[in-house]
Amino acid sequence: MTLKKNILALRQKKAIVEKGGGDKAIEKQVAMGKMTARDRILALLDANSFHEYDLFVEHEEQNFGMASKELPGDGVITGTGTINGAPICIYAQDFTVMGGSLGLKHARKITKIMDHALKMKVPCIGINDSGGARIQEGIGALAGYGEIFYRNTMASGVIPQISVILGPCAGGAVYSPALTDFVFVVENISKMFITGPNVIETVLGEKISQEDLGGARVHAEITGNAHFYALSEMECLEQIKVLISLIPHSNQQKAASVKPKDPKSKKKIENIIPADPKQPYDVRDVILALADDSKFLEVHELWAANIVIGFGRLNGETVGFVANQPMYLAGVLDCDASDKAARFIRYCDAFNIPIITLEDMPGYLPGVDQEHAGVIRHGAKMLYSYSEATVPKITVILRKAYGGGYIAMNSRHLGADFMFAWPGAEIAVMGPEGAANIIFRKEIMEAEDEDAMRQQKVQEYIEKFANPYVAASKGYIDAVIEPQETRELLLHALEVSKNKDDYRPAKKHGVPPF
Amino acid sequence: MHTEKPEYVDFAVTARKYKTLLTKKYQNRKPWVNPSPYEIQSIIPGTILEVFVKEGQIVKEGAPLLILEAMKMQNRIEMPFTARIKKINVEVGVKIPKESLMIELEAVDNEVE
Repeated sequence: MTLKKNILALRQKKAIVEKGGGDKAIEKQVAMGKMTARDRILALLDANSFHEYDLFVEHEEQNFGMASKELPGDGVITGTGTINGAPICIYAQDFTVMGGSLGLKHARKITKIMDHALKMKVPCIGINDSGGARIQEGIGALAGYGEIFYRNTMASGVIPQISVILGPCAGGAVYSPALTDFVFVVENISKMFITGPNVIETVLGEKISQEDLGGARVHAEITGNAHFYALSEMECLEQIKVLISLIPHSNQQKAASVKPKDPKSKKKIENIIPADPKQPYDVRDVILALADDSKFLEVHELWAANIVIGFGRLNGETVGFVANQPMYLAGVLDCDASDKAARFIRYCDAFNIPIITLEDMPGYLPGVDQEHAGVIRHGAKMLYSYSEATVPKITVILRKAYGGGYIAMNSRHLGADFMFAWPGAEIAVMGPEGAANIIFRKEIMEAEDEDAMRQQKVQEYIEKFANPYVAASKGYIDAVIEPQETRELLLHALEVSKNKDDYRPAKKHGVPPF
Repeated sequence: MHTEKPEYVDFAVTARKYKTLLTKKYQNRKPWVNPSPYEIQSIIPGTILEVFVKEGQIVKEGAPLLILEAMKMQNRIEMPFTARIKKINVEVGVKIPKESLMIELEAVDNEVE
């Protein structure tokens, strides 16, 4: 029967192409401690859910001996599948096929699946493992990159875009991940840089290893290019599954709600924070004491640790937490912390995720390096993104709220819907010591015992101004609350905000201080 | 996450000191040094192609000091003001990093000139 023959022929054809670069290349990939592109997709998606497209696409390059070269799938696997039942689009570059190099057809397979994701309103996940542009294809490779970047931008804020760096991702290739919402890296496997160690050494004489230049840890801790850091590929894939379960799958949807669960955190919320504003604690303990089931997916855990951002659930619905972290740099705002929070706030706003802000910060980080690094324009991003956001915005002032930081951390003045403060909150133009030194300068200088007078004036200032009641008397704080009431109030405030309707003037787009 | 007991340090923000941990990036930051006009530093890493001056020589403002090749560009480094060359720390052919001290100057008395 011919049909049977045809089916057998198809199976044979598929089996050959599905092998990618063949057994030897696969052996090499495994020897590098890496999974194959196909195994990665299969491990990430629900069992038997992956469906591949464009398996038989071939390159059309004739020059440089390419005419006779067969590149299975042109070095990239594309398709659709599900993660915990939710449909997604996915592509994975196959390093076993000519180093996963990107030619025009390779790029067109990617842009095709991206177009599909945008049209169908499903998340798009890209697994990067590529030596870079396929030099033989010249301008065709550049065209391919450009067409990917354009689509990354078009899809931004419409569908979640996730980049997984499981191999090299160098040169122009790095800009697709940079344009996407979340970048995942794995220790010893991910390498990202614009110009590699060889070029840097030839041109500038600086010697550095790939790992030290653009390894996973560097991007997770120093540059902030990576949002999630894992020690193994399997851990990384698990992180992606958790993230996908927490975020809405397009800007027209809400994140899947789950059965609400009370926090199971062992620490009592009122015992987490030391009364002395100079003593540190881990603000993540506060988040765990507030979030459903005490579950919190931290984004950018290692970078700019002085601010904590991430997703959790309240009453079964996803929220974004933004919290100052007194454990690092006393929880100050600086360039990196502002960038980190601002982009996260914009993400939450784009995808209808309410924002819970937990505030305990002494101000901005002083220093020449900060001023010269442009803390003014970086800090402004936070003001911009909080002001611009129309999702429900709730702030709880846990302890300190001084000066510009008070304004920046989703204050009433930037459009907070609910402002709560714990009774120990210090809401003031600056720390009591600094304020007393300025206001009572004359009295302190003229006193016989300057130190005693200073202490007395600081105490006076604390009693009169470093408390939540001045702000509450002006209506800037809606309620001064007991710590143990916080979760109840957050749940209630979110309930009340469910149908929040907030308009912004019609415009093409704003001009944020990027 | 964090398991070992952290060693908090004193960290001053305005008039108050807080107990906290420092990030790696903060610890590695470069402290600000007021640049001296008598120090000619490289503003970009590169290779010294040519040196036009000698130690002890008095050089007029605007005269070429050396050629620093970086990113395939030959950058002519000029004398910022008339002064004596006190010390030359580079020679032809060496690769230097950014902000390395290439030439030290010293003031000349007007009478000598």
